[in-house]
Amino acid sequence: MGNTRGELPTWVDVGLIPLLNLTVALLVAGLVVLIIGESPLEALWIMLKGAVGSLKGWGYLLYYATNFVFTGLAVAIAFHAGLFNIGGEGQAYFAGLGAATVGLGLQFLPWPIVIPLAILASMAFGAFWAWIPGMLQAKRGSHIVITTIMFNFIAASTMVYLINNWFRPTGKMAVESREITGAYILSFREIARDYFGMRLPSTPLNLTVFLAIIAAFAVWYLLWRTKLGYEIRAVGANSEAAIYAGIKPERIIMITMTISGALAGLMAVNEVLGVQHRLLLEYVGGAGFVGIAVALMGRSHPIGIVLAAMLFGLLYQGGAELSFAKPLISRDMIVVIQGLVILFMGALEYAFRPALAALFLTAED
Amino acid sequence: MTAAIELIGIDKRFGSVHANKDVTLSIAQGSIHGIIGENGAGKSTLMSILFGFYSADKGEIRIKGQPVKIKSSSDAISYGIGMVHQHFMLVDPFTVLENVVLGAEGGKLIGPALARAREELTRLAHDYELDVDPDAIVGELPVGLQQRVEILKALFKGAETLILDEPTGVLTPAEADHLFRILGQLRDQGKTVILITHKLREIMAITDHVSVMRRGELVATKETKSTSVGELAELMVGRRVLLRVKKGKAKPGKVVLEVKNLTWKDRKGTARVDNVSFSVRAGEIVGIAGVSGNGQSELLELISGISKPTSGQIIFEGKDIGILGDPAHVRAEGLAHVPEDRQHRGLIASFDAAESSILGWHTDESLGKGFRLNRDAVINRCKNEMQEFDVRPNNPLLTSAKFSGGNQQKIILAREIERDPDLLIVGQPTRGVDIGAIEFIHKRLIELRDEGKAVLLVSVELDEIRSLSDRILVMFAGRIMGERDDHADERELGLLMAGVTRDAA
Amino acid sequence: MDLSLIAEILSSTIRLSVPLVLACLAGLWSEKSGIVDIGLEGKMLAAAFAAAASASYYQSAWMGLLLAILVSIAFALVHGYAAINQRGNQVVSGVAINMLAAGLAVVLGNTWFKEGGRTPALPETARFMPIELPGIATLLQVPVIGPLAKIVSGHSIITYAAFLFVPLTAWALAKTRFGLRLRAVGENPHAVDSAGISVAKLRYKAVIIAGILCGIAGAFLSTSLSASFVRDMTAGRGFMALAALIFANWRAWPALYACLLFGFLQASGNYLQGAHVGGFEIPVQFVNMAPYLMTVILLAGFIGKSVPPRASGIPYTKDR
Repeated sequence: MGNTRGELPTWVDVGLIPLLNLTVALLVAGLVVLIIGESPLEALWIMLKGAVGSLKGWGYLLYYATNFVFTGLAVAIAFHAGLFNIGGEGQAYFAGLGAATVGLGLQFLPWPIVIPLAILASMAFGAFWAWIPGMLQAKRGSHIVITTIMFNFIAASTMVYLINNWFRPTGKMAVESREITGAYILSFREIARDYFGMRLPSTPLNLTVFLAIIAAFAVWYLLWRTKLGYEIRAVGANSEAAIYAGIKPERIIMITMTISGALAGLMAVNEVLGVQHRLLLEYVGGAGFVGIAVALMGRSHPIGIVLAAMLFGLLYQGGAELSFAKPLISRDMIVVIQGLVILFMGALEYAFRPALAALFLTAED
Repeated sequence: MTAAIELIGIDKRFGSVHANKDVTLSIAQGSIHGIIGENGAGKSTLMSILFGFYSADKGEIRIKGQPVKIKSSSDAISYGIGMVHQHFMLVDPFTVLENVVLGAEGGKLIGPALARAREELTRLAHDYELDVDPDAIVGELPVGLQQRVEILKALFKGAETLILDEPTGVLTPAEADHLFRILGQLRDQGKTVILITHKLREIMAITDHVSVMRRGELVATKETKSTSVGELAELMVGRRVLLRVKKGKAKPGKVVLEVKNLTWKDRKGTARVDNVSFSVRAGEIVGIAGVSGNGQSELLELISGISKPTSGQIIFEGKDIGILGDPAHVRAEGLAHVPEDRQHRGLIASFDAAESSILGWHTDESLGKGFRLNRDAVINRCKNEMQEFDVRPNNPLLTSAKFSGGNQQKIILAREIERDPDLLIVGQPTRGVDIGAIEFIHKRLIELRDEGKAVLLVSVELDEIRSLSDRILVMFAGRIMGERDDHADERELGLLMAGVTRDAA
Repeated sequence: MDLSLIAEILSSTIRLSVPLVLACLAGLWSEKSGIVDIGLEGKMLAAAFAAAASASYYQSAWMGLLLAILVSIAFALVHGYAAINQRGNQVVSGVAINMLAAGLAVVLGNTWFKEGGRTPALPETARFMPIELPGIATLLQVPVIGPLAKIVSGHSIITYAAFLFVPLTAWALAKTRFGLRLRAVGENPHAVDSAGISVAKLRYKAVIIAGILCGIAGAFLSTSLSASFVRDMTAGRGFMALAALIFANWRAWPALYACLLFGFLQASGNYLQGAHVGGFEIPVQFVNMAPYLMTVILLAGFIGKSVPPRASGIPYTKDR
């Protein structure tokens, strides 16, 4: 019965407030740029130009966005079940193992067999890495936030060991797997060149971007058009009511975490099969955490997530260009913006609500 | 006698709920004053205002004749008011001593306070039969002793007036008797005790004065000696405008539900449902009356499969559904359930009405084949139900939370009735529902009965029970106190609800 | 293995335990009051940067320490505001703090020092250097005891302070009014409120203490253990401290033992790199992940039981 729960029109709750929070986050980011001694407007211009002012920029933007859609969906679906999966980073990393094992191990098979198998393997490995914390939460009550954090570190160490001892070809210094030379996912540049005889700028964008669109649609369909999705959302929204309805929260927690991990695992498809064609150390590079910001910003809705992922894709690509044009502004500025987005759209979600509610009340009087 | 505490014109609203309406009350020094009323009558709110948890919108508080401002619990404590809350305010992993000194440490180090408290506890134990091991971990103590710790806390802080909120709800009869002895001794030593309860027996047993609250108003203050259980029961429930529904004579058919020696014990081993047996036939409404908290909620959870019986059977259409302990299975057998707690169980506030209108039935094949959920089917179904049950606004896409209580209840009722169940169990169908909706809901339940369905109705509203039921069972302390027909005398039912059987009265 | 190698590993264990102990105690104070803090890592990192930057600017380790503490407190207050006033999700807030710190440190470092986020190497005069304990020189001559004496001597002032904070924390929580109330507010804030004590004030004090301790931990990393700040130099220590806290079941002395154990694992991991035992190379990675793995096993309830303060992570509202 506090002012935070006061009645506000729906468009304010789902539209204005998130927009206001995002604006404040970006304003604070602008302030940081100002402190550095650069012009925020100029920085913004360089970023926009670098990201959406050329085909190359778009290629990179969409490539980054592909990763973020996967990790964002992973966080979001867990949110819908009332779970906070901070382990997207580790799940995506571990999934690389599945992608590389199939990609390298089944090189002798034709690509229409290998690629689907490799995708499934990526999902399965990611799913497994999330299923364990999910199972521990459901059956043993182990707090999923802590276990998924721990699993990120366990994945990091395990992967160093495995890449080093199992995947690294003898005599090679760099800690990475052999190159996948058989079946991999074609990049847009290769497709344009080989099938259409066109020249495209060199970007990592590959066919996995369509998989991201399919995944976003699939998550939407699952959540709002299937009985399982209904049960997932019911458990997250009100587990008491879910129990009344005959839904078993433990079962839903395990299923949701498995799906969440599989989604995070798809990032391996983009990186390992689509871009690097090998398993690299630390290849996830923080994308798992970007997923948290993307999910919060996208209000855990696939459409919102696709848009948020593209915004972060823009920030990543634009940020790279920015640090190139303005060496004073490091690429890590993006991490600052991520932090601000998470802070203002997550932890301080309702900070402006009382003021807005008061504003609307006086407007009505 | 001087007044220890006077409350003058206390008024408090929570949003649209008027919790206290212009309440004026005077409590005599050195007496035990009972405040009685049903759940939601505003007793706890009134006492929370006195203890500084809430501030009143209007009104004045006087202590020993002096007007005071109580803005927080620490103000209340400094005016010598102590409170024993219904949910204990104890720190479980702390020792008794640590709990007692919390907030009254008297210095930066707690050593001296602990020593002082140890002495004081010995004295209090001696004076008031308040023995507790000072070094025991509070969380490991039985509830009765935990309550003593709460009393000790208040006394250690120098309380002159002690408020107890529903203190016996968690106690065994023996523990309750011990508590009453303690309260008696406190009074004899000149302390003032305010006892909030909905149990008439307690009021009669130990209070000097009693005030009755009903729907936020203080309706009467009586000297306990000169009143009776019957009079209080009547004051408590009130003479409401009877919304008598026209109904013909029931034509009971075969037995649909048979509950046999049903018992359910909570984690502490207390039997909340105690050896309950009854049956419900097709074409009749069986009402379970009782003051809330006497095992009705637990009974509903058992029959609907949310919890599993400790012992006994629930036979539905010849099949023991108690052993299933699964709401989905129970529903599939043809039992529908309108839960007591609309907001927390009956629907999902953040879902739109259409989605709330399939809760529990969402696996139905008519809503989509296999794993799919056909959104159009869901919306259409909800639209039809809304039409049928006159839900306003007639919009399946509106968020469930945005409907009024009455309309939320209609959505739930529609959902459960439209599945054509053999048995409908209904908890508090009209709690917080406007009069128009009450009438509608009552009519629907009668119609269901006339269609030859079995209905089990649980309600704390005696009028509702009387106007709808063909047979009335009264529950008290987890047990069925007796069965009456629909012509039962209100006063007699009131006595049964208070745990007084005819032989005893 | 000879004695001096063991002494070396143990001495390194102590050094590596220091940031863990400090961060773990920070987490202890915060979580005892009911505020979940997964932002230990971020606060430590921000402090490490602040310490290195200001120690370099003022050429004084103490100025470094001061700024480290102030910066860390500022982050702690952001977390406190989100958790206490706004009743926001404490885990989300912690994640945000970690990212903000990681990003800001490098962005500002890059601007100010133009070394890609690294701060200039500090001279010994602007660092917390090892202190020889009095009389140790003679003791070192003695066989057997000599190498062992080396374990406890030759650490910086922060190290000795860190280990002093353990009994101090244990004592303050157990014996003082503040400690009693703090423990109470993390278990049942309603009890504290009904005793007329402000829940918010207590929790703010707790997050500020957590800020101070993380600040010291960060300063240790960049001005004592190393001579400059480098990106991500906390390297997961904040989370390892969190693991230690769970291992210690939210108690001060066990927290010390857990941190020493984890510190020992880190130290031996460093020395074991490439070492062979009976023809097998010991996988250092397994030593590295041991603390996390042990924590998961503990959380699953397979070894003992770890129970967090009951109210931790739950925003306090008066309404029942």
